[in-house]
Amino acid sequence: MQCRIESSGNIITAYLDGEIDHHTAKDVREKIDAQIMAQSPELLVLDFRDVTFMDSSGIGLVMGRYKQMQLLSGQLHISNLSPHIKKVMQLAGMDRLATIKN
Amino acid sequence: MKILNQFKMELLARSSNESFSRVAVAAFVSQLDPTIEEISDIKTAVSEAVTNCIVHAYKEQLGYIYITVRILQGNKVSIKIKDKGCGIADIKQAMEPLFTTAGGERAGLGFAVMQSFMDKIYVKSQVGKGTTVIFHKQLKSR
Repeated sequence: MQCRIESSGNIITAYLDGEIDHHTAKDVREKIDAQIMAQSPELLVLDFRDVTFMDSSGIGLVMGRYKQMQLLSGQLHISNLSPHIKKVMQLAGMDRLATIKN
Repeated sequence: MKILNQFKMELLARSSNESFSRVAVAAFVSQLDPTIEEISDIKTAVSEAVTNCIVHAYKEQLGYIYITVRILQGNKVSIKIKDKGCGIADIKQAMEPLFTTAGGERAGLGFAVMQSFMDKIYVKSQVGKGTTVIFHKQLKSR
């Protein structure tokens, strides 16, 4: 699992790459949170284009970042979901918390 | 129901085995020529059950996870995931969406995902002895 982070202005975009499960979620979470702490963005975008697998650990990851962004009165967008990842997100009701793009 | 093929494995409850276990089960099931969606559903359910063994069952001590996959007549798959860990005191509560004892960033959705992605799920557990989860999934005939 890789995570490349780009930041411009008040926006942080995290490009997730690989498989998200309980084993891999922790490192990604720490990397994203360090950037949120450093920058206090208005918008966090989690890009799932290159995510090949996700279980409910991914939901924990998204929910946790949603809470972080709420503390900053910011927003969370999740983008480029495959049909499978969309199914897991919808099961958890994430589509009601974050804005899903594409 | 007639068993056409069977695969068993046991592996240490280490989080680095989560990926291996779901991929191994998916590779065995692939002889039925499942759809991409069916394979994703199976991998996700296996990942949830195996993660439960690691996060909950063997929270205190390291142990083994026992997985049996059966290909049954009529394009059906049965997957059994068993541990000899701490067991679940209240299965009904454990299966409620959003309920978790793990804290941190566990969403409490493991069983909800398994129920949603598999046709049937059976859970047997005894405190101090362990837990067995069995899934059934009917694959589309192709």
